[in-house]
Amino acid sequence: MTKKKSYTWVVAAVVFVVLAVLPFVLPMFRVSLIAKYMCFAIVALGLDMIWGYTGIMSLGHGVYFGLGAYVMAMYLKLEASGGGLPDFMTWSGFDSLPFWWVPFGNAGFAFAMVVVVPVLVAVVIGLLTFLNRIRGVYFTILSQALAMILSVLLIGCQQYTGGSNGLTDFDTLLGFSLDASSTKLALYYATLAVLIALFCLCTFLVGRRVGKILIAIRDSENRVRFTGYNTAFFKVFVYALSAAIAGIAGALYVSQVGIITPSDVAVSPSIEMIIWVAIGGKGTLAGPILGALLVNGVKTFASESFPDLWSYGLGLVCVLVILFLPGGLMSIKDVPARFRAWRQAKSGGAVPTPELGEEGGQA
Amino acid sequence: METILMQVFNGISLSSILLLAAIGLAITFGLMGVINMAHGEFMMIGAYTAYVVQNLFKDSPAFGAYVPVAIVASFVVAAALGLVLEKLVICRLYGRTEDSLLVTWGVSLILQQAARNIFGASNVGVEVPEYMMGSLQIGGVYLPYTRIWILVIAIVSLVAVYVLMFRTRWGRNIRAVMQNRQMASSLGVNTRRVDGVTFAFGCGLAGLAGCTLTWIGLIGSGLGQNYIVNAFMTVVVGGVGSIFGSVFGAGFIGIGQSAFEFLTDASMGQVLIFVCIVILLQFKPKGLFETHNRSLED
Repeated sequence: MTKKKSYTWVVAAVVFVVLAVLPFVLPMFRVSLIAKYMCFAIVALGLDMIWGYTGIMSLGHGVYFGLGAYVMAMYLKLEASGGGLPDFMTWSGFDSLPFWWVPFGNAGFAFAMVVVVPVLVAVVIGLLTFLNRIRGVYFTILSQALAMILSVLLIGCQQYTGGSNGLTDFDTLLGFSLDASSTKLALYYATLAVLIALFCLCTFLVGRRVGKILIAIRDSENRVRFTGYNTAFFKVFVYALSAAIAGIAGALYVSQVGIITPSDVAVSPSIEMIIWVAIGGKGTLAGPILGALLVNGVKTFASESFPDLWSYGLGLVCVLVILFLPGGLMSIKDVPARFRAWRQAKSGGAVPTPELGEEGGQA
Repeated sequence: METILMQVFNGISLSSILLLAAIGLAITFGLMGVINMAHGEFMMIGAYTAYVVQNLFKDSPAFGAYVPVAIVASFVVAAALGLVLEKLVICRLYGRTEDSLLVTWGVSLILQQAARNIFGASNVGVEVPEYMMGSLQIGGVYLPYTRIWILVIAIVSLVAVYVLMFRTRWGRNIRAVMQNRQMASSLGVNTRRVDGVTFAFGCGLAGLAGCTLTWIGLIGSGLGQNYIVNAFMTVVVGGVGSIFGSVFGAGFIGIGQSAFEFLTDASMGQVLIFVCIVILLQFKPKGLFETHNRSLED
């Protein structure tokens, strides 16, 4: 156990050091890209808490990423329009700002809402599902529909949300120009700091009793319930926690990328988030960070060089990793041992019985 | 009155489309426990098959005859590809529901890109034969023939699935394997073969659904993406494991959504039906038709 922990720490430390050094060697354009990947890594971290540790697969985390991003974008948009109406509202024929947009002009309020809005939505959805013991695939599919609904809603309420064009054309953040290299660099290191802080928070939580209960829920929820714990409470907690983390990531994302659209929060991006965690290695905290950074780095590289091949590549990697490396990249170190065990089993004549899975005996 | 009738018909029509999309899922997801995210792509494969068949018939005088050929071809092509997928990939994933979701999502990416490379990035359309054009007029209500055909095909497939699953030896074997794999295997059922055939059958039904969609819209590589979420919701509302629950799931979502869309607008309609589904699941957390079983974990 301690060996596994120290291994995670080593991987995480290497990743963080590399991220801290990169701005000194890369051109500014690349630095912004890596900042974007770090935002994704933050989401992956939150997803790992709920999926890797609690065993709840949410295909709707684009929703919380999107809510955080839209809240931040509303603030940036209001700052950019300098007290006037945002451009798309003028085009829709508004005379004055809708009342619920007004408070988002205040930086403090907006920054608080980046966390509050996703948490509120997650708590409501979480209570409605987990209290009634909607779980497993039912929750997964419901969360996927949630992502679809949010993107439909954002496109449908075009006059309030900018429709499918999303929110874009920002100038400044707290008075600093978003185009200036100094602001970009500051935001880069802010993102890195948030990533490291959240990594530490998650590592802390996982090591505490609450983390043990989450893992217990993953492994056998009924036993945890029979031991007297209210599992629904813990599930709502971890759902809200990962939603808050995703919201923060979304806010950092929109400040640096400068645009958020409904297609960034729909079903496909939400599944991609899960893929980062799976490829990196769920249940390890360092793995998802690595997964998000690598997958997105390769994605950018591939889309620049061979745009057609990227979908094949991601699809294939996804299939191969899940089939042959279920522990993700973090389990590469175990491969030689697994290979030896496999060879031994083969020569020893032990017959594996993959047909008789866990589902086998159920009526 | 006429508006109401028209809306009822729209609702039933949407339900029949959902049912066609979901009935294959009810088999692969509901019975086999495989979350096949590539189900939508099998619909796309069916749609493109219909497009290819239509092109073959383009200059022939018997153009109208392409429809039955396309229906059969789309089922066969999708089922064949489904069988290949099962033998290569899915067979390693029984009992690993979440992994099956991720893997089939990867497969769906590959299939979409393949469709873009083969058929081009822009959407294509098929020409509807003459006898399917126009509308049936009842009083002041116009019911498009294409929609009526889709309704008929949905009902026929439903009956076919019923007969196959509950009135044939194959169906009995399929149900036996899905209910208790070990017991079926020890009684001499070839479970590996049954798995393959069942998955191929589910994919073939998706292909058939895709074929019917060509009459009411354009065909593109993203065709399946428009239906996949609602198809899964249909199975969940109906009750995972109950094929005929899906009929009620499709009715609930289809009629509800078109009614809400009529009363509000297209996007609010989808939001409201989602809210309704969440409320419904509060009372029926396992869908309308829960399959009872005595095991605690699921």
